[in-house]
Amino acid sequence: MEFEYAPAPESRAVVDIRPSYGLFVDGEFTDGHGEPFKSVDPSTEEPLAEIATADAADVDRAVAAARAAYDKVWGPMPGRERAKYLYRIARIIQERSRELAVLESIDNGKPIRESRDVDLPLVAAHFFYYAGWADKLAHAGFGAGPRPLGVAGQIIPWNFPLLMLAWKIAPALACGNTVVLKPAETTPLTALAFAAICRQAELPPGVVNIVTGAGETGRLLVEHDGIDKIAFTGSTDVGKRIARAAAGTDKKVTLELGGKAANVIFDDAPLDQAVEGIVNGIFFNQGHVCCAGSRLLVQESVADELLDRLKRRMATLRVGDPLDKNTDIGAINSAAQLEKIRMLSEVGEQEGAGRWSPPCELPQRGFWFAPTLFTDVAQSHRIAREEIFGPVLSVLTFRTPAEAVEKANNTPYGLSAGVWTDKGSRILWMAERLRAGVVWANTFNKFDPASPFGGYKESGYGREGGRHGLEAYLDV
Amino acid sequence: MSDGKAVSDGKAGSEGGASGGMARLSVRKTYKLFIGGAFPRSESGRSYVVNDGKGGFLANASQASRKDVRDAVTAARKAFGGWSGRTPYNRGQILYRVAEMLEGRRAQFVEELRATGLGKGAAGAEVDAAIDRWVWYAGWADKLGAVGGAANPVAGPFFNFSTPEPTGVVGIVAPDSALLGLVSVVAPAIVSGNTVVVVASEPAPLTSITLAEVLATSDLPGGVVNVLTGRRDELAPWLAAHMDVNAIDLAGVAKDQVRALEEAAADNLKRVLRPGVTDWSAEPGTERLTAFLETKTVWHPVGL
Repeated sequence: MEFEYAPAPESRAVVDIRPSYGLFVDGEFTDGHGEPFKSVDPSTEEPLAEIATADAADVDRAVAAARAAYDKVWGPMPGRERAKYLYRIARIIQERSRELAVLESIDNGKPIRESRDVDLPLVAAHFFYYAGWADKLAHAGFGAGPRPLGVAGQIIPWNFPLLMLAWKIAPALACGNTVVLKPAETTPLTALAFAAICRQAELPPGVVNIVTGAGETGRLLVEHDGIDKIAFTGSTDVGKRIARAAAGTDKKVTLELGGKAANVIFDDAPLDQAVEGIVNGIFFNQGHVCCAGSRLLVQESVADELLDRLKRRMATLRVGDPLDKNTDIGAINSAAQLEKIRMLSEVGEQEGAGRWSPPCELPQRGFWFAPTLFTDVAQSHRIAREEIFGPVLSVLTFRTPAEAVEKANNTPYGLSAGVWTDKGSRILWMAERLRAGVVWANTFNKFDPASPFGGYKESGYGREGGRHGLEAYLDV
Repeated sequence: MSDGKAVSDGKAGSEGGASGGMARLSVRKTYKLFIGGAFPRSESGRSYVVNDGKGGFLANASQASRKDVRDAVTAARKAFGGWSGRTPYNRGQILYRVAEMLEGRRAQFVEELRATGLGKGAAGAEVDAAIDRWVWYAGWADKLGAVGGAANPVAGPFFNFSTPEPTGVVGIVAPDSALLGLVSVVAPAIVSGNTVVVVASEPAPLTSITLAEVLATSDLPGGVVNVLTGRRDELAPWLAAHMDVNAIDLAGVAKDQVRALEEAAADNLKRVLRPGVTDWSAEPGTERLTAFLETKTVWHPVGL
């Protein structure tokens, strides 16, 4: 007898997607003058809306609006008043949380369980957290009266569209900057919904400006003479291009880029708990996570048993409709990303690693990729070195803690790492030696507005979150 | 090369006379590079003339090459694990020891600075300021964690804490302020556990080698500080482009060179400290310390 899950779809009725969207400049929705593009539902490939593209003149307008708002309104405003605007925004996000979660899942493809239970609570918490800093900057350890930078140009990725917006806008505004933000071209809808939230909060015009478009719009923003700050989250390749573009200028730059995190399992780890952590580490958000635990390092003595349990667990993962409340793995965000995941997985096979996926029925339309793991992976394999940004796990083994450290650090990246062991002193011993900005012990992919996040080495520089996150937006 | 006088000739000439009325000839110092705790010549075999403030000959300094840059980076990388693994207390002790050694060589530094054209009073004041600056930075070793770290109150059963950690190998293009500027860029980089490759001031490199002699006799492990003398325009681009250098301090770089070096530094996303300081006697603040620190955040579980 078979027990099937009944469909449990979240209602789409809470969202109202308009046929077309403009830019949000100086408090108004306005036309863009570039060639418009379509945002697509990655689970059906159906177009959702037509989105304006900001050309050079549009970016000029947005930067000018941000400058004027900085000079006349937001810069001179006392911190306690800025704080109250941010609290208002946090509250409106909580009030409209379900709508935003559904919209995010439709536009991005991520499971509603995640957008509802992870993304949106963190978005609201981030605004709430930084609201409280706005009138306490003198006590943050950056001197008695730290100054904002001015106008921040911010570019965010498609994997956590609204959460990355919150990570960028909340600290920038708390510190007294104004912003021009460009969301990713495949996921602009929640940023545009956020623009409407700014209007509901009666945020002064020009403090937040949203310009949509592809890479060219991002380039125009980064290279604009009128901005004082660039904050970027995305690929290491683009991060390097941005660092080059900012060379020789006075622009302050923070970059949160790629990763190839090691998730290290010691033989004394609680294995079932570790299996849950591995699954959360690599299959959360379809693996579209810069800090994903994409390299599993297992101590040799427990490798076979752990892999058995991991495969059993992977076979229970449900891939499908992002809006179904029982879905674990949603749609890959775009055709281009799916192609990259397929290509690197094929390379993994060609280089000699063993590929395995559970039996898994994928929908006919849309962009899908079954949860996959590779065994017999060597450190030299591309699937052990390059960021795949998909639900693909590379498994390597180690014998001693020193070997685990050596292998974990053998990467140009350094964003995050995981350690699983029953022994507290070993956690701290490992944490001291791992060259990564975030180390999770007996957990993975945990985020909190009070916790600084950011990378070592080619994973970028600067921190987001916590007291440390203020530095990115202060003239210090 | 030239018929001028070397740095230490000044006094020695008049103090001679023991051997039948002939002035004693002083023993000059050969100024070499400082790599991995040793003092090699440039592998290129090249040297260049260093002149005093009036254009007279002072010494032939080593003119380092691209390969010397690579050797220095290798030495710095090799020293990084050990140096960053020392306790902050131990690093503070060693850096304070460096200040003691600097004080003991005070007269030599004054003489070298006078040779660059400074008056007696100004040279003495600069050496004093440099020693005091070094002591100031030495004391930071076991305080950075408290000032730069945090216990973060996250919403969950975790002890979440952030600690400042050294960035790694730092390339430093030193300013022309031959001693105060030099110590002001070296001390903040190494006190937190970084190791450094320093391109010394091109016109005034000699104090950097004398500082290296101080470092070599102060229990500082070999390779923590490596000093190259030579052509800044030749060496800085290699340092900025080196893929095993994690950060670069452009303190001594001319404005029109900054852009190209920053572009090269972007290839492996080096942390870049742009030039900005013009008055090295001003209170430094913590900028040069924090520029070469990474924040590491650990989520440690809490439970029974």
